[in-house]
Amino acid sequence: MTFQQLIFWFFSAVLIFAALRVITARNPVHAALFLVLAFCTAAGLWIQLEAEFLGIALVLVYVGAVMVLFLFVVMMLDINIEKLREGFWSYLPVGATVALLMVAEMALVLTGPWFGLEDAPRPPAAPAGYSNTKELGRLLYTDYVYPFELAAVILLVAIVAAIALTLRRRKHGKYINPGDQVQVRRNDRLKIISMPAEKKGD
Amino acid sequence: MLDSLLAYPQALLGPLWPVVWTLVKIMLIVAPLMLCVAYLTLWERKLIGYMQIRKGPNRVTFFGIRWLGGWAQPIADGLKLLVKEVIIPAGSNKFLFVLAPVLALGPALAAWAVIPFSPELILSNIDAGLLYLMAMTSLGVYGIIIAGWASNSKYAFLGSLRSAAQIVSYEIAMGFSLVGVLMAAQSLNLAEIVKAQQNSAGAFGWFWLPLFPLFITYLISGVAESNRAPFDVAEGESEIVGFHVEYSGMTFAVFSLAEYSAMILISTLTSIMFLGGWLSPFPVSWGLLGTGGFGWLFAKIFFVASMFLWFRATFPRYRYDQIMRLGWKVFIPVTLVWIVVLGAWMQTPLWIWWK
Amino acid sequence: MDANPAVDMVEMMIQGIRRFFNTFLLFELLKGMAVTGRYLFARKITVEYPEEKAPMSPRFRGLHALRRYPNGEERCIACKLCEAVCPAMAITIESEQREDGTRRTTRYDIDLTKCIFCGFCEESCPVDSIVETRIYEYHGEKRGDLIYTKPMLLAIGDAYEEQIAQDRAADAKYR
Repeated sequence: MTFQQLIFWFFSAVLIFAALRVITARNPVHAALFLVLAFCTAAGLWIQLEAEFLGIALVLVYVGAVMVLFLFVVMMLDINIEKLREGFWSYLPVGATVALLMVAEMALVLTGPWFGLEDAPRPPAAPAGYSNTKELGRLLYTDYVYPFELAAVILLVAIVAAIALTLRRRKHGKYINPGDQVQVRRNDRLKIISMPAEKKGD
Repeated sequence: MLDSLLAYPQALLGPLWPVVWTLVKIMLIVAPLMLCVAYLTLWERKLIGYMQIRKGPNRVTFFGIRWLGGWAQPIADGLKLLVKEVIIPAGSNKFLFVLAPVLALGPALAAWAVIPFSPELILSNIDAGLLYLMAMTSLGVYGIIIAGWASNSKYAFLGSLRSAAQIVSYEIAMGFSLVGVLMAAQSLNLAEIVKAQQNSAGAFGWFWLPLFPLFITYLISGVAESNRAPFDVAEGESEIVGFHVEYSGMTFAVFSLAEYSAMILISTLTSIMFLGGWLSPFPVSWGLLGTGGFGWLFAKIFFVASMFLWFRATFPRYRYDQIMRLGWKVFIPVTLVWIVVLGAWMQTPLWIWWK
Repeated sequence: MDANPAVDMVEMMIQGIRRFFNTFLLFELLKGMAVTGRYLFARKITVEYPEEKAPMSPRFRGLHALRRYPNGEERCIACKLCEAVCPAMAITIESEQREDGTRRTTRYDIDLTKCIFCGFCEESCPVDSIVETRIYEYHGEKRGDLIYTKPMLLAIGDAYEEQIAQDRAADAKYR
């Protein structure tokens, strides 16, 4: 067993353990943290596959941003575990059927003779100076520029929609626009007039 | 010379040698870094003291060495924190409570793996260095969130929410500044980024000039990212309470270490990406002054880190909603505009920074 | 004032541009940093305490003392004015007739953990007996250490009589 294989098995074991704990952990915060661990180990596996850009992007986007927001929400909720577990036995048959079906399908595809996993050619070794990131960028912005831009626009629409749904202007809010505050000059507020201290006797 | 010295342990350890050798190299980076962190706290107290016309700590010495009074202050502080009791609050999650400071410090140290100290001195010269750095700095927020939640305290929790929201927001502005750098340098490799700044113009050939708005944005976002004044609502030691109120002793010290090593890391990144890394600001003809090396990088890191302290001595703390406004409504538009300007600029013959 | 609207417009535009550049070049922040930067090189005013001490007024109100007359007779006549005036009720006095028929204190305690060093006792004293000295470097390891009794106060008065008399003399014309 080479060192690389050792790392692969280690990462795989951690990944499977973490993924299992995501669905079995009683505390939702623990589940979210195990999901973070799963993402990190998955990123490690991807980097081992020489997909370093994807691996780091996984850490950057999912671990660094998405899971932080997840944790925000999960930490602030006071979830009653007992209530959630009430219907466990009534849902079990349906859930188990779906799970078994998925396992069977994947086993059929991956181990059957139709997928031809053994026949798939090994990717050629990358030439020196080959940059994963550069290649990905080139593909995204040339061959796939149209779907890429489309996805970007859809995301933008989603952002605008989310803000439009949640934005409400408080009627009696005391918020002051800092821009306006900075714009204030002395002459707008203050008038210096010349006034004698006492009236001259006449 | 070095090779012949290393031949003996290499033969002794056999297949374990690469692991041991990497560990040794990691120690060679981390140990001086921790020393720098310790003395950065002393320098901070001294510099802020000087700016407030005080002398700062000037008493603690060992072995009766009176000149350079105060030189042992960080060691004394460290010892004090080391022997203090670690209080674990009732009802807290003990494992996560202790894990949180480690999670804060870990990424701040891991990021040093890709820092080029000089043309030869890099632990790991990977191509996606810049991406790796962004990933590592984005992981630092977990220590804060977990600390706030595991403390089982409302105040720590609110502090951690404030701080995490701030860090996530400013990361975007920092990321966009880095996009400008990688556009100008045409590479994600940090050593290549420094080499791209090498030209005959000396200090004016570095990226701070063409990327000036990004440089300023990166510097200020870096201050916010490492939770330093004037963006220190994460702890706000004088008025509001932050995510580490429940921490004491060594667990608290590890948070401090994380904060200061993040500060040194941001200073180093600013030096590498905008101030020419190990390059000398003078022309080559100046002899020793003109040759680049680790000394120049250290001088630049020291300068930028001192700027952090200078900010702290000068500016009052930002209000929280204004921090968010600055990050989202000012810095992100500024960086976006400059990226577009940069893209257009690079297509014209006026762009002289890259061959 | 020029009433020409076109000139006003131009002026406003120039002001707007100036504000824009002042804001984005962080002009005011740089001004603030210049101030702190200047003070970095200013002469430091730190007093290095055990070696150097700040100057002190003759009116300084520190540790209390009971004085004696030059002939060695204690001044205090147990009038209890200081006990009455003390806002913190830190003074406790008991008195008795001495063999020579004069009234003297048998007990004169000052609880320094209660004392607020207002100086009312000193001002109320008709015979300048209880005074506050310049001593501020005293300490106790237990609470009881900070309850000063009559012999202790008299001893302080004896030890520092010269300084106390000088300070009273310096301040006499303002009393």
